Amino acid sequence: MKAPPLRLLEDIDEPGLHLLEVYERRGGYSSLRKALTELDQDEVLQRISDSEIRGRGGAGFPMGMKAGFVPKGDMDKYLICNADESEPGAFKDRVLIQKNPHLLVEGCIIGARAIGANQAFIYIRGEYAHQADILERAVAEAYTAGYLGKDILEIGFDLELVVHRGAGAYICGEEMALLDSLEGKRGNPRLKPPFPANAGVYQGPTLLNNVETLCNVPLIVGLGAEEFRKLGTEQSIGTKVVSVSGNVQRPGNYEVPMGTTVREIIYDLAGGPPEGREIKCFFPGGSSAPVLTGDEGLDLRYDFETMAQAGSMLGSGSMIVVDDSQPLVPLALRLAEFYRHESCGKCVPCREGTNWTVKMLERIDSGEATPMDFELLVQVQTNILGNCLCVLGDSMAMPVGSMLAKFRHEFERHAAEARARNEGALVEQSAPELAAAPSIGPA
Amino acid sequence: MADRDGQANGSVRAEHPLVADRLVGLDHQIASGKPSVAAGWDLPADLDKDPAVIPQLADVRVPPELLAEIEYRMSLYPDPRSAVLPALKIAQRHHGYLSTLAMLQVAAVMKVTPAYLSSIASFYDMLNEEPLGRHYIYVCTSVSCHLSNAKRIYDAIVEAAEKLDLGDTDIRAFECLGACDMQPMASVDGRYVGPLKPSDAPEIVLALREGRVPLPGRGLDDPDHMPAGAGDPPPQDEAK
Ligand SMILES: Cc1cc2nc3c(=O)[nH]c(=O)nc-3n(C[C@H](O)[C@H](O)[C@H](O)COP(=O)(O)O)c2cc1C
Ligand code: FES
Repeated sequence: MKAPPLRLLEDIDEPGLHLLEVYERRGGYSSLRKALTELDQDEVLQRISDSEIRGRGGAGFPMGMKAGFVPKGDMDKYLICNADESEPGAFKDRVLIQKNPHLLVEGCIIGARAIGANQAFIYIRGEYAHQADILERAVAEAYTAGYLGKDILEIGFDLELVVHRGAGAYICGEEMALLDSLEGKRGNPRLKPPFPANAGVYQGPTLLNNVETLCNVPLIVGLGAEEFRKLGTEQSIGTKVVSVSGNVQRPGNYEVPMGTTVREIIYDLAGGPPEGREIKCFFPGGSSAPVLTGDEGLDLRYDFETMAQAGSMLGSGSMIVVDDSQPLVPLALRLAEFYRHESCGKCVPCREGTNWTVKMLERIDSGEATPMDFELLVQVQTNILGNCLCVLGDSMAMPVGSMLAKFRHEFERHAAEARARNEGALVEQSAPELAAAPSIGPA
Repeated sequence: MADRDGQANGSVRAEHPLVADRLVGLDHQIASGKPSVAAGWDLPADLDKDPAVIPQLADVRVPPELLAEIEYRMSLYPDPRSAVLPALKIAQRHHGYLSTLAMLQVAAVMKVTPAYLSSIASFYDMLNEEPLGRHYIYVCTSVSCHLSNAKRIYDAIVEAAEKLDLGDTDIRAFECLGACDMQPMASVDGRYVGPLKPSDAPEIVLALREGRVPLPGRGLDDPDHMPAGAGDPPPQDEAK
């Protein structure tokens, strides 16, 4: 495979890229100049729409369309960058923020200009303390250089940008919960509609986008929509930074044009599974995506439409690879425990469903499961799907449900083996002489 | 919490046969260290008690630097209430944890009730209402790290901390810290280190105890640790 062209990660290893001076030397903030001095507000928005870029935060909604929903006219509007990145397996935003914070700042300013917002926030997860420090330094530099604040580039456009740090809650990455959290409340998702474009933070029209989505904005303005669209597939434009982790030899972030095959990403870039191992299954879009088996998925193209057709999703674009030495029951249990811990507790199907899923998986793991548990486990997953204010519960139900559907035999065997071990231990304890008899001893 | 329990025990409500029965049950659960619900959750509200009030700034002594920092944060937002998280974090850093006094101080500055702050603090993992230690080691045991045997790293660190008598440190198995490229990994006071082996545990603990930077050269931000897009292979486990 020839080296794919890079866009977001092109300069990433340039020493000091996080400093304004180096960033500007590499052509940084020229897109902002263009957007503010050569184009008017509607043209900026048009360019974003024409690029057909889809959101990189999970749902894949076209950014231009979302920005277009924001009402025009003079009112308090807001731009929010979602940098909460807390889904297991995702670490692309971290690298973008840490290595190239000015690209994000530039993207936020252009995005805010497109909708006419005068206040922007970057909501970054609390654990990214070091990255938030870097980002804050970049924001301060941008203020000093006159890219933020009052009368930016003397065109009469004002923008304040605040870096807001979370405090450890995955749910705050969900856009409606993020709004509440940003307003100083518990991070409980709100009922939609109204959507943020109409009534977001402080009830004002709000455009909310992921870090990677906003990082693409300066490129769209700089290259022009037509050039930007040259990479990717028809419905998935541009490149994608893919976080590959799990059982691969070179975990890391790899930028590829959308539509690159999964095999190229996992084998050519990430080095494939450890020596002598095969891929049992993988999560194509972070821990919330239904798993695909190696046979099903390796030769598929990695883009929004192909992953959806295959019954999974591209999501945030994080691949977690599971090799054939890994038992799936403990993995499913870890996954379910994560969602149980992170469920905000507002909707019953999610709060109770994640809890019971953990309990049943624990029983399967320890050999105490009854045959009914398997059916019930499937049912619980089905009953979570689509029944909550947000999709946190679905994010557990989809991968756990898909593991059960595709590897049911492994779950049953795991439970049976654990049960046999328990019974063997019991016999050994209470009647050692029987345990010595080969027919009933521990399996 | 303590005063709430004490009050419940001495009150008329506690003497009601049904209530008293339940309290016995609760005591037992608490003694076993595992209350399934917060004590007193099913008691009727005490209507004689004053509703929670917003403490007045004049009545609470707030250290000037704390006051200044919180007020600065509040000034950044169109609605000052947005500064709740930053304010609680500032107070937590100042006091080591969100003690009753810390909550009272933030409440007085932000003009909210301490109960409101408590509802926030109990929601977010990084805010602690109990003293858990001034330092922390969050060992990631989430999906990707789990796939490279993170539980063994966690166990090794807990064991080393016990053996080497490491105090004042909150050691936790944590969910994905967003650094799966260095799996299995941990965050030591915010510094990400990895990929880890169980044998790294004593060094991490010793360094923390002696105030050194643990595992120099293996932190995420150390020079040349890990160029983007080309992580090191995770350590192959000796014994799977
Ligand atoms: C439980 C949950 C967690 C989420 N976490 C994040 C996150 O950490 N970062 C992110 O960008 N989007 C996250 N999302 C998706 C957001 O709700 C939203 O769709 C996205 O930020 C929109 O940005 P985009 O259009 O640029 O993708 C999450 C969604 C859910 C349901
Ligand atoms: S799973 Fe451990 S850092 Fe992501």
